[in-house]
Amino acid sequence: MIKFSDKQLKIPKLMRPVYLATVGMSKFDRAFPETRTEELCIDAFTAAADFVKMTPAELKSYIHTCYYGHFADHFGDQLLGEAVIHDRLGLDPLGNIGVKTGGATGGSAMWEAVKAVASGYSDCTLALGWERMDEVPTDEGNHLISCAADKDWETPLGHIYTGYYAVMAQRYWKIFGKEEESFRRTMAEIAVKNRGYARMNPHAQGPLKITVEDVLNSPIVAYPLRALDCCLMSVGSSCGIVCDEKTAYEITDKPLRIYIAAGSHTLRVADRRDMKIPLLPNESKGQYDDLGKRFPGGDRYPGFSSFLAARMSAYYAYNMSGVVDPSEDLDLVELHDAFTISDIQTYEDIGIRPYGEGRNYIESGDAYIINPNTKKPGKLPSNPSGGLIGCMHAVGATGLMQIAEIGYHIWNRWDEIHEPEAKWKAFNREKPKDWTSLQVKGAKRGLAISHAGVGSHVTCTILMDPNKLIKEE
Amino acid sequence: MPKTENEKGIVEIVDGKYKPSGTFHIIEKNQPIFDIDANKLAGVTNPRDMTYIHSYGGEAMFFESLGKGKLIATRCDNDNCEFKGSIYMPFRIYCPDCLRKMTPLNLTEIARKTAKVHSYIITHRSGAFNTLDLPIKFINVEFDNVVTILMSYLVVGEPEIGKRVVPIFRTKNPTYTITDLAFVPEGTLESELPEGFTF
Repeated sequence: MIKFSDKQLKIPKLMRPVYLATVGMSKFDRAFPETRTEELCIDAFTAAADFVKMTPAELKSYIHTCYYGHFADHFGDQLLGEAVIHDRLGLDPLGNIGVKTGGATGGSAMWEAVKAVASGYSDCTLALGWERMDEVPTDEGNHLISCAADKDWETPLGHIYTGYYAVMAQRYWKIFGKEEESFRRTMAEIAVKNRGYARMNPHAQGPLKITVEDVLNSPIVAYPLRALDCCLMSVGSSCGIVCDEKTAYEITDKPLRIYIAAGSHTLRVADRRDMKIPLLPNESKGQYDDLGKRFPGGDRYPGFSSFLAARMSAYYAYNMSGVVDPSEDLDLVELHDAFTISDIQTYEDIGIRPYGEGRNYIESGDAYIINPNTKKPGKLPSNPSGGLIGCMHAVGATGLMQIAEIGYHIWNRWDEIHEPEAKWKAFNREKPKDWTSLQVKGAKRGLAISHAGVGSHVTCTILMDPNKLIKEE
Repeated sequence: MPKTENEKGIVEIVDGKYKPSGTFHIIEKNQPIFDIDANKLAGVTNPRDMTYIHSYGGEAMFFESLGKGKLIATRCDNDNCEFKGSIYMPFRIYCPDCLRKMTPLNLTEIARKTAKVHSYIITHRSGAFNTLDLPIKFINVEFDNVVTILMSYLVVGEPEIGKRVVPIFRTKNPTYTITDLAFVPEGTLESELPEGFTF
């Protein structure tokens, strides 16, 4: 579709307010040779119960329906894995459903859970996601991931998803990055930032204290992308529990308001027709008329350089929640940094910067907890969890981990989750001597983007302190 | 161990029904996985060797035409469609706007005269079951008057954005997959083409 009707552009409406009551996550790692998936899911659920000082059994007593995010059945060689986890969580005979939208699976599971509460069907729902990517050798894993591309038109070409994805990076690099060394370094700064933040996160799989030079000297995966530009491949689980107002306040005295919306675009990256740029609330008509002049070749939208699904999810979510300018209205974001360059593309798709100017979000220092230029708090810190590059990408769990992390900041309880020595020890990880709190001080509103592959599915979740809503219903 | 010709799984359609013959899977016993340090069982391997049976449906003519040296696109000819006249490559059976069947169109000459590289990536890695030579030079190809772009691969020379390329086809022993189509830079000689490919 390249033109939208008014009905299609309708701002989504939740029939009653929905609240995030609690969240939890397991340890994340590349492989768990001696742990079953259900053990990780129970770890995540138990963490969510602990967070509201309940036993798991007490928390379960509130749940009415369940939404499970698990993308790749073929990795675990188990169809209906959702039924296995549901049984092991002891939630039978409640209704449950599996959600599969590639890298956006975690966000999509939450999308379903929120709608069930908003509609009145349930007063309390569980969104829980996981992924098991350690049960096949890497080359077979690459084949299985490539099955998320078009099986007739793409997969036979190398059985390697990077090949279908990185053409987008190449085009952005040439047109908007202009192949500048300075742009290449800005990409590397994202990898340094996110891996550095992961050092403060005991759940994180890929913490590293590195420099821009380390990124630039890491092996080439598909030029211009190098190994340290790329996200992790992980195993683990995350969850969130959402409720109507009454139930939320029975579980916790401080639930958060949650808004969520979704967008989509073609599975085949090349199979995109040109269209007008749909505008976000902080953009104006005619703003992009000269985009092709400023960036020759950049006039083809969404072309290869933008994620239309991300833009549409932000369009719906911003208008639902009253966000006009994400940089002014939000306090932090967790973005889907599958690759450093796609992170930059997303800054533009969700309106943190206008199209063509994404790099400035990093270069200005706004994306940091502490702005490296001014040494003052960054305007809109991005990915203090470490993101997919530093923390994890256990596909079905990723979007839920991001929502949990945003929640910890707004609850002002980030330190409680990331600091305790006992947790570092339990995860068999060494707490850095220079461990520093990354709590975003005074955070009241945040956003998480959950994104699939070349942009087939994207969800945009916005969390707010209920006393700091922008739009009153 | 590769299967012999007699062991390979073959499928034909007779009277509208699949008639499989040959071997579709080879059974291999599983193996235990021990934690050597702790001297205890951790799990098992589950070997699998399967052959899928897949229908191309309405796209079959596209894949069959590659082996005959033709690139077939489709065009929406529905007078009532707002986007009538749009040409699609990849071949789509139905118009994504009006959902009426589109008209197949031989795009081979247009491709020879107008194909250009829109983007590219070179990868030295592949996944299991890959049949292409490494490194793979992925290219996305744009054609004049076609509203979409095609994913393919370059088998001669180096890719560059804007480079003029021409299609080549695996006309000897085609695989009937998208790998039967590749591209080479304009001006490439027939003698430079890989085994089995022709212009």
